[in-house]
Amino acid sequence: MKRHSAARTLQALIAGIARGGIRIVDLSHTLTPEFPPLVLPPELGQSWPFRVETISRYDERGPAWYWNNFSCGEHTGTHFDAPIHWVSGRNLPHNATDTVPLERLLAPACVIDCSREAAADADFLLTVDAVRAWEAEHGPIPPRSWLLMRTDWSKRTDPAAYQNLDEQGQHTPGPDAAVVRFLIEERDIIGFGTETIGTDAGQAAHLQPPYPCHSYMHGSGRYGLQCLTNLDLLPAQGAVLICPPLKIRQGSGSPLRVLALMAAEAP
Amino acid sequence: MSGASGQRPRKNPLLRTHVPLTPPAARSRIALRLTAAAARGRFELQVCRRCAHVQYPPREACERCLGLELDWKAERGAGELLAETTLHHSHEEYFRLRLPCRIGLVRLESGPTLVTFLRAGARGVGSRVLVAAHLDRAGQAVLVARAVGEQDSMAEDRALRELTCSARQRKILVTDGKSATGQALIRGLLQTGAELVWAGTAEPWKPAPGLDELARDPRVTPVPLDLTDSDSVRERVAQIGAKVDILINNAELHRPYGIGARYGVEVARAEMDLNYFGLLRLAQELAPVMRARSADAPASAVAWVNILSIYALSSFPAQGTFSASKAAAYSLSQCLRAELQRSGVRVMHVFPGPLDESWNEQLPGPKLSPEALARSVLGALEDGIEDVYPGDLAQEWLARWREDPKVLERELAAGG
Repeated sequence: MKRHSAARTLQALIAGIARGGIRIVDLSHTLTPEFPPLVLPPELGQSWPFRVETISRYDERGPAWYWNNFSCGEHTGTHFDAPIHWVSGRNLPHNATDTVPLERLLAPACVIDCSREAAADADFLLTVDAVRAWEAEHGPIPPRSWLLMRTDWSKRTDPAAYQNLDEQGQHTPGPDAAVVRFLIEERDIIGFGTETIGTDAGQAAHLQPPYPCHSYMHGSGRYGLQCLTNLDLLPAQGAVLICPPLKIRQGSGSPLRVLALMAAEAP
Repeated sequence: MSGASGQRPRKNPLLRTHVPLTPPAARSRIALRLTAAAARGRFELQVCRRCAHVQYPPREACERCLGLELDWKAERGAGELLAETTLHHSHEEYFRLRLPCRIGLVRLESGPTLVTFLRAGARGVGSRVLVAAHLDRAGQAVLVARAVGEQDSMAEDRALRELTCSARQRKILVTDGKSATGQALIRGLLQTGAELVWAGTAEPWKPAPGLDELARDPRVTPVPLDLTDSDSVRERVAQIGAKVDILINNAELHRPYGIGARYGVEVARAEMDLNYFGLLRLAQELAPVMRARSADAPASAVAWVNILSIYALSSFPAQGTFSASKAAAYSLSQCLRAELQRSGVRVMHVFPGPLDESWNEQLPGPKLSPEALARSVLGALEDGIEDVYPGDLAQEWLARWREDPKVLERELAAGG
């Protein structure tokens, strides 16, 4: 693109945002101590939940200022998964949060609405057929897009309902193994995003291979987004995601602000 | 004036809350040995090694032969009531509010004559009595005589009820109501006649079937409480802290690792964050509130119980990081005890041996059941004891530690 028109494109982008033609939707949850973290079996290492300790708040610890120290895991809250997070992606180039190519951090997003199916079955698995049916209605998934699986799981504000644990473990929706391979091999998606903790379904330990989304996506140098919200505000096609993770050295992921740019509805 | 359910009458909110007062707290160093024994629920007196004379009050030398070698030994306390009187007047502000009160002169079978408080049944010159040492509101030892066979709780006696921290008709916060020990404590508290028990729960998404069942009792209220989250602690204490009469801090993270057994600091950090920093967070929020209510009526804040571990005294290397976190909690709890000393809130340390829970399944017995731990805690609250060593193993390790901590260190390093 020539420099002129690139400059004009950027100006149009800013103008669109300022005048309201382009809407920005926040797909991230607020980081709070109450947000449920990923929980693994007790003998394995655990990821930290989000915690905040106030350093001072206009008081004797610091008269004119308010600031905090916070702590969390790389996979706390709304977060990005880099390929290095999974064993299958450990040796790929540019596989950590500090080395992810920047141009991949702005990408189109396709949103597939599985909210009805997920409401009926917490262990609902997205299949190739379901994706093809979606494409018949909304058009093919463009290459290097995010595929976001909308389940309205983010509306489960009760942490127990959000985790949905019983004696068999977690029951949350996700993709089956075949659709993950399809999305990689036939559609070249850049990443898979979900509203649940984990891009894989809650019972994905029992799929073949276990955790197919993590295994295949990261094994092919692609990304994940988890604990998204507001997917119900996005169009099926047309939104653009901005999702740069924190530049952590050899980072496996990080909490981040996921912004979606979309055309605002006509008044 | 009780309500229809027989509960304690409600506090009149227009009346000023009483401020905490304590009985005279000064004791000489030698007399503090009486307090140290009473803290463990024992009555001990000095016995001269040279002439076998039993003496009271405590002195630096034997009053009979001036020998300097005196041993503190358990005193049965059996004796005869020589004289009794009722006090109607005192210059001490603390006692002025607790008159009349009965005191008497008791001659012990072992020799010395003591001035003691008298419980209701101890009356009649010449009657047989038993003397015991209890901690008063200042945390110092006082002597109390009861009739042989007297069973009534000291809680009924206006002057003496401050020697007990009974959970009866009180409101208690148990910081971890989900764990097996928490549930055993809640069951025990209900049996004792607690008015209300708040059961703290962290990680609300993890099911707690035993607690769900206990919560069907209207006296039990699960409340969110995560001692690793400062916001959670602040919010919970703001909401219910002003009603907590007894705090039982049983929340802990326990893992069986030393230094080499598991690489990385994460597990040790998690143990420390809950076992040590959790206590710090809670104490910063709740201790000032309880201090202010330690003379409240009709119910007052009376006790803060920290479930530590016998390994706080001496590391069990197979569980070295856990031991270290409990040692840290023990030290901090001593600080808490000192900060609450003037208010009269009893800070109780409980030092169990290994609990009978899944992370200890590879340890040979004896291990302490949750019920046994709960019984121990509730009994100690009843008796006003402040240092509790529940179970045979804890008692054994305590005896060896007091004899020579270095020997215990070696024995625990060899596997205990």
